[in-house]
Amino acid sequence: MTQDILKVNGLKAYYQMNYFGVEREVRAVDDITMTVRRNEVYGIAGESSSGKTSFIKVLAAAIRPPFRVVDGSVEYDFSGRTIDVTTASEEEVEAIRWKHLSYIMQGSMSVLNPVRRIGKTFEDFAARPLGLSGRAFRERVVGHLAKLKLPPNVLNAYPHELSGGMRQRVTIGLATVCHPEFIIADEPTTALDVVVQKEVLSLIRDIQREMGAAVIFVTHDMSVHANVADRVGIIYAGRLVEEGPTREMFFAPKHPYTAHLVASLPRIGDTSQRPALEGRPPNLADPPQGCRFHPRCPLAVDKCRREVPPLETVGKDHRTACWRWEDVEPLDHVHQAHSREAMA
Amino acid sequence: MSTLLEVSHVSKTFSMGGLLSRQHVQAVQDASFTLETDRPEIFTIIGESGSGKTTLARMILGLELPSEGEIRFRGQTVSHKAPRAERLAFMSHVQPVFQNPFEAFNPLKRIDRYLASTARRFLDLSDESAIDKVMDEALHKVGLSLAEVHGRYPHELSGGQLQRCAIARALIPNPPLLIADEPVSMVDASLRMSIVNLLKALRDDFGVSVIYITHDLATAYYISNRIIIMQKGRIVEMGDARTVLEAPEHPYSRLLKASVLSTEDAGAGKLATDPEMVRVAGELAAAPSSHLAERPDGRLVRVYEGA
Repeated sequence: MTQDILKVNGLKAYYQMNYFGVEREVRAVDDITMTVRRNEVYGIAGESSSGKTSFIKVLAAAIRPPFRVVDGSVEYDFSGRTIDVTTASEEEVEAIRWKHLSYIMQGSMSVLNPVRRIGKTFEDFAARPLGLSGRAFRERVVGHLAKLKLPPNVLNAYPHELSGGMRQRVTIGLATVCHPEFIIADEPTTALDVVVQKEVLSLIRDIQREMGAAVIFVTHDMSVHANVADRVGIIYAGRLVEEGPTREMFFAPKHPYTAHLVASLPRIGDTSQRPALEGRPPNLADPPQGCRFHPRCPLAVDKCRREVPPLETVGKDHRTACWRWEDVEPLDHVHQAHSREAMA
Repeated sequence: MSTLLEVSHVSKTFSMGGLLSRQHVQAVQDASFTLETDRPEIFTIIGESGSGKTTLARMILGLELPSEGEIRFRGQTVSHKAPRAERLAFMSHVQPVFQNPFEAFNPLKRIDRYLASTARRFLDLSDESAIDKVMDEALHKVGLSLAEVHGRYPHELSGGQLQRCAIARALIPNPPLLIADEPVSMVDASLRMSIVNLLKALRDDFGVSVIYITHDLATAYYISNRIIIMQKGRIVEMGDARTVLEAPEHPYSRLLKASVLSTEDAGAGKLATDPEMVRVAGELAAAPSSHLAERPDGRLVRVYEGA
């Protein structure tokens, strides 16, 4: 058994449309190469329309035309059996779904069927992959819900009878009841209040540790990544621009976009002016030449406008795609002050 | 010193259910505060969902009538049942900014249409060039220009730009007071600060008071002058934002502060919330008799009898 559970190699996936002879191509995922290890939480950050949701759709093998994989591979290694979801047949994907590969979705209200009781929804999702029925199935589900601190009677409730935090715990329960090896979590806490958010995050973290699963955690909120992820990857305009251990990403970022994301977080006890990134995210149908971040980058030079920077290794587990990574420094004083001792 | 907005002992009760199974929900209980005219400030209302913060905002806007108490804007009672001319005059002085800019704008209408109709209604303008001038001025205050927005539909702008347009629209009648209900929670983290900095600039450069409703303590600390923290319809702590947030006294405020995710020890994976804190804060929400007590540093804290 190797250490890597997921290998993504040179993945390109585009939305290709052809209406009345006018071709349009949106490069939502452009040349991403990365790996996820067993038993780790890999955080993916990026603003809306950066292609992060498109990327995880490819990983979850949930893509439909006009979105197509153009090039590259997405290889999973489930207990020694490898499967490439970009070429696998429908039946093969069906066989691994929920049991090996599962998905916690954003917006629990739209995931759960409003006219079905939670128990029925559990049957729909999990009865077949688990191969259990009747009493044995119910016991298994009740046991699992107890770990999520949910009482057994939620199975008889309708989604609208539960609070937002409870609903989100139910969706986590759905995604984890089959003990999958790989979980994709798409903004699972974005709609929740601070107190509940923290509870749900620690729950995801605990259940991940207990099962030893690998988790891809997607959110645009860097403070969530700071507390949950082992490694963080930053996606900008369809490309992976930086990837590294969480601590290094915060205290010694090597890409100006990461440095900006970290510096823009406000903090209690600090009233200094926070910088805001001007400009708007690039249009993926017509991305800028060279490095896609250059129109908004404070460090941009001529080379950035012409040539695309490759994702280079700059430290242990740390890769960045920036021509000037050596000049990147934490932008705010708190992280600057911590940077030297944190890295020592 | 004259009073801009006076909220005095306001409560709101909603009733649910049929004749026999009628239940009452106290959305807001006995809220009081005042804003002064000549001291523009950012006044923040913090609370979780269900704490009554949006109900309070809707009452200030006159969309909802308080069950008890009274809200006065420049001495006049706020109500949507006021005569039309009076209501229009009030609306031109108090303007809302909503949470989700994509829902606030009709996707089939051009954005400048909204700006223009606001100008026509509240400033009584009919001349095209005068309307354009007013729109351009308002957009410049938020860092945009009419040339960028003219003829555009909502989907052509990013979330941050659209939220700025929503704020520009609210600024057209030159209101002394903006009610911003979670203006940044639907905006990406990277664009969030541009909106927050904008609210700050409105206060400092244009003297606009803002009632900023949020559940994000970090941005509240960053921009507010005063805050109130609400728990299940009750104000539990109120005072100077920096004083309160640096050392919150009420158990619920302490719980909120402890739940803010910090980046200072990034990667350490500290996530545990003290269950004792959650329990204590939860019990207080149900405590029957309580009142606000003043502390030497000027803040008001809810104290419970028999506790």
